[in-house]
Amino acid sequence: MDLLAWLQTGLLFGVLLLAIKPLGAYMAKVYGGQRTLLSPLLIPCEQLLYRVGGVDADEEMGWQQYAVAMLLFNLAGLAMLFTLLCLQHLLPLNPRNLPPFTWQLAFNTAASFVTNTNWQAYGGETAASYFIQMAGLTVQNFVAAASGMAVAIALIRGFARRRTALIGNFWVDVSRGVLYILLPISLLAALALVSQGVIQNFAPYRSVPLLQPSAVDTPLGQATVTEAILPMGPVASQEAIKMLGTNGGGFFNANSTHPFENPTPLSHFLEILLMLLIPAAFTHTFGLMVGNSRQGWTLLTIMLLLLATAFLLLYRAEVAGTAPLARAGIAGGNMEGKEIRFGLAATSLFEAATTATSCGAVAAMHDSLTPLGGLVPLSLMLLGEVAFGGVGAGLSTMLAFAVIAVFIAGLMIGRTPEYLGKKIEVLEMWMAMVVVLAAGIVVLAFSALAMATPSAVAATANGGAHGLSEILYAFASMANNNGSAFAGLNAGLDFYALLGAVAMLIGRFVPAVAMLAMAGSLAAKKYVPPSLGTLPTDKAPFALWLVLVILIVGALSFFPALALGPIADHLTTVGGR
Amino acid sequence: MAHRQPASASIFAPGLLLDALAESLKKLDPRLLWRNPVMLAVEIASAATLAAFGYSLIGTAAEPAWFTGTVSAWLWLTVLFSTFAEALAEGRGKARAASLRQARTAVTAKRLAAPDRVDAYTVVGAEALRRGDYILVEPGELIAGDGEVTAGAALVNEAPVTGESAPVVRESGGDRSAVTGGTTVIANTIVVRITVNPGETFLDRMITLIEGAQRRKTPNETALEVLLISLTLVFLLVCVNLGPLSAYSAAASGQGRPVTLTVLAALFVCLAPTTIAALLPAIGIAGMDRLFRKNVIALSGRAIEAAGDVNVLLLDKTGTITHGNREAVAFVPMAGQAEEEVARAALMASLADETPEGRSVVGLAQQCFGLAASGTPEGATVVPFSAATRLSGLDLDGMPYRKGAADAVVAFAGGLGGSVPRDLDNKVAAIAHAGATPLVVCRGPEILGAVNLKDIVKSGIQERFRKLGSMGIKTVMITGDNPLTAAAIAAEAEVDDFLAEARPEDKLRLIKEHQEAGLMVAMTGDGTNDAPALAQADVAVAMNTGTQAAREAANIIDLDSNPTKLLDIVEIGKQILMTRGNLTTFSIANDIAKYFAIVPASLAAIYPQLGALNVMGLASPRSAILSAVIFNALIIPLLVPLALKGTGFKPMPAERLLIRNLLLYGVGGMVAPFVGIKAIDLGLGLLLHFLQGTVAP
Repeated sequence: MDLLAWLQTGLLFGVLLLAIKPLGAYMAKVYGGQRTLLSPLLIPCEQLLYRVGGVDADEEMGWQQYAVAMLLFNLAGLAMLFTLLCLQHLLPLNPRNLPPFTWQLAFNTAASFVTNTNWQAYGGETAASYFIQMAGLTVQNFVAAASGMAVAIALIRGFARRRTALIGNFWVDVSRGVLYILLPISLLAALALVSQGVIQNFAPYRSVPLLQPSAVDTPLGQATVTEAILPMGPVASQEAIKMLGTNGGGFFNANSTHPFENPTPLSHFLEILLMLLIPAAFTHTFGLMVGNSRQGWTLLTIMLLLLATAFLLLYRAEVAGTAPLARAGIAGGNMEGKEIRFGLAATSLFEAATTATSCGAVAAMHDSLTPLGGLVPLSLMLLGEVAFGGVGAGLSTMLAFAVIAVFIAGLMIGRTPEYLGKKIEVLEMWMAMVVVLAAGIVVLAFSALAMATPSAVAATANGGAHGLSEILYAFASMANNNGSAFAGLNAGLDFYALLGAVAMLIGRFVPAVAMLAMAGSLAAKKYVPPSLGTLPTDKAPFALWLVLVILIVGALSFFPALALGPIADHLTTVGGR
Repeated sequence: MAHRQPASASIFAPGLLLDALAESLKKLDPRLLWRNPVMLAVEIASAATLAAFGYSLIGTAAEPAWFTGTVSAWLWLTVLFSTFAEALAEGRGKARAASLRQARTAVTAKRLAAPDRVDAYTVVGAEALRRGDYILVEPGELIAGDGEVTAGAALVNEAPVTGESAPVVRESGGDRSAVTGGTTVIANTIVVRITVNPGETFLDRMITLIEGAQRRKTPNETALEVLLISLTLVFLLVCVNLGPLSAYSAAASGQGRPVTLTVLAALFVCLAPTTIAALLPAIGIAGMDRLFRKNVIALSGRAIEAAGDVNVLLLDKTGTITHGNREAVAFVPMAGQAEEEVARAALMASLADETPEGRSVVGLAQQCFGLAASGTPEGATVVPFSAATRLSGLDLDGMPYRKGAADAVVAFAGGLGGSVPRDLDNKVAAIAHAGATPLVVCRGPEILGAVNLKDIVKSGIQERFRKLGSMGIKTVMITGDNPLTAAAIAAEAEVDDFLAEARPEDKLRLIKEHQEAGLMVAMTGDGTNDAPALAQADVAVAMNTGTQAAREAANIIDLDSNPTKLLDIVEIGKQILMTRGNLTTFSIANDIAKYFAIVPASLAAIYPQLGALNVMGLASPRSAILSAVIFNALIIPLLVPLALKGTGFKPMPAERLLIRNLLLYGVGGMVAPFVGIKAIDLGLGLLLHFLQGTVAP
């Protein structure tokens, strides 16, 4: 890396680290119901919401009640978004008179946005009206993110509380997540993005004459193109929450490679920062709420380590390029599918961050990464998105891994395992295994199904190992609620739309319910004070062991599939295709 | 005490091995194997390869019959090794249970019509006895059931139960009233009230426990199984997934063929955590057996595991931390008196005193000043201890010698016209401050001095407490002594805390308080008044000499009645968990090497470049797969001794222990299969070479 790349990477992590403590503490206050700077402004809004919804904010819920509320809330979101998509032609703010979504595509898209996946089997500017983008998709960007954060907070309460059946009130947690955290930061971020040139308007698409008309082949013969259509829209308001809520669904099909979504290196920097911000700060919120901030810092260190390693691997693979590129005399690494204005380092950082969190926005085409480079985002997702992960969901998954690591380590030192003073027993193990393995099981089962279905195989753009990577990537992305696309795959096919929707729903809600069940069980337990015989979980040996558990579980689950995908792709490319 | 170690036969005695082999074949029955789901899955995979082998014999199969056959054989061996390990662990317990059962057979009892009429009885079989019956047991007879002595005292041989050949005294009242069915009365006649119905007696419970028939999985074991089953499920999916993926890849690359069922089954068995799953039942059984050999009966596996978690250990002072009785350690003269004079007077006052304290005074006088005397001197009038005077001693030639508490002696001497030495109060207080009991001695009206009676802390006990401390276990001494004495003894014994002037309800409260704070409490007890506290404690160890009530309230019974046994129990509890954890880590770490053997072997035909993953340089795809399967099977019997003996345990802080075990079993588990698989591959190569040499013309 050159000096500039080091500087910008260092600056990003520096700013991120500085933001974690204040934001983490702020979130702990918000979810703890304490007064914050914004309280005078937001308490009335909050009260109004509760009055309209008939919610008693002081009444806490047991885990089943919390889970039912969470599921109902998301089911309602799913139904609402599905209806909006199917009725697009009847709704306002549709200057291009776009037709409704097919039910398959509507189901896929609704599932995708409700599950914080934001897998897009449609092209934003060619399929969705302004109304859909704002009232449908952006709304889900907020509430799906807040929903994931609520589950994580409930899980943290499980660790923090003693001998109670109650883990909080879902309606309160969701409302506060949106009002106090997502909305204010999004507002500021949207303004900052606008300052960089991200558009925000309701204007009809613009036609601009091309300076140099060009000839293109069409099915009807040759035609001369003299003008281009520039899509418009309220982009900045959606862009901010797209990154902040680790949603990742772009306003435009090209996502964050599009100059209207991500025009400058500074907006690029800001977008990376936004997607890491809340998941990283959550570790501190966790540390504060369980009363030992070192526990939070330990998890943060592990996450940083994983992300930094992934970034360096990806960056090196892209700088090294491939043998065919070298033979063609192309120096300076693999720039295919990347934006010149960001360069290799900043692009690699974006792509590592977007798959390490469950964001899934892209600032480059993953299909065009080198085989080993493409292995990095794929692996980050397959590991369960724990290097920060989705807002809330990432920390929850990390905690599930910690439970498993504590269990094995606890046995190895001859004690009934305990984490944060809570004994890890049969129920916790079941739930942790469900959280950690649900997405992996879906990936293995569904990708096998796709490989055995000729029409699904035919939807890949490339054959061979790369085609396999495309399908594996698609299911890894959907099941882990990432939403980034490897591209190359015709995701609009009914097979992928429907199976993908199922994958996203399982990948989101099965672990979520398992986490809540674990939260309920943990909250009911008494606290075991640490003694000399207790394994400290805030020190280097345990952190290292946790990293190993994450890597080993991931590697063991996916090594054969990866061998036939990116690894074979790489090895055959090295020898020349 | 001289111990006869029961069941000292080696685990690997030929007889036991043969029995275990027969038993392990029976255990292959899927209806029995379902208790171990991972091994059941392996058995199903083995059956699938067997079917593939049958198919390859009659039809055209993708793999040659010899390959499928060999793989199938080794997969079956994997299952067999697992059932063998379990059978082996059970074997030793069974041998002991058989000898216990002999003690139970054909016992008759003399059932009394009424508890107070020893002349009216009917002879009935032991199985006819019910709780509340009274039986008469005469010398040479077997006691027909568990119960309590209600009348008389007898010498009982409890060797069948405890393995202890020296007979013990069992008497009515007090804390030594419990008798166990199957033991023999050697001397005297006693009346026993039966407290347990047949089939539920201590001996019955012991037999079922030892045989493992009632062995329930402990919570930890179940939680570990959750981990193993989940991983197995994922690995099953990995193999299922590899089918279509390899079919697609073979079609896409135009070479090679899909991975065959045989190879998929081999991959699955190699990946599934078979090592730990195979040894898991054996670890638990062997742990219980190790306790049996230390003469400790755990009434549930849960209790042993809980012992590994204990944070607080409550110990009775008397008999546990100190020897049961106080001993005289010094004569303290008053100002102007000679020490020898004090000793002489104390000796006189104690000559007729048959209590251990009195005898220790005599012993000390002999030792310090060579004052030899035995028995009561002629012409002396013995004055035994009475609650009214609180003095004891004798009158010789008209001179009274007395010893007793300071105030009692002062009153006695004052009555004879004596005066109180000025330094009496100071000296008495000094002794009490040091945790000892002052016994003041007078000769007639003259108060000569005091005897320092001290609780003798058992030798080496401090070291054991330090060991407990380093494991993070807090020790609390419980005593009826006053706080001053208790503090002094606590300091000497190096316990962390003490509870003085403790009544039974105080013990119960102390346990509850600790449990409220989230701690796991262990306690030892023997008396009936200990029973409520024992029932409340997480780990309750009752002495076998204790009362029936105490034994019923406890979940662990120490046949040697040695309270410091708890250390051994804690250690074995930890060992069981550690062995499980270490073998789990080892088993999972093994998978990495197996991938590097099987993945290139099964996929290199599709993408020859994947041969680059064959880092071990294994000879051929088939020999690579076979080597992995053979390694996976052989590692089970190789680790059986470790599973049965448990991993070594040294008390050290948790973090260091984790690092040590991770290096040993984690890193070791990653490296070992690389070496093992390579070695087996080389061996297979030699074998193949030899076979070809003989077959070739």
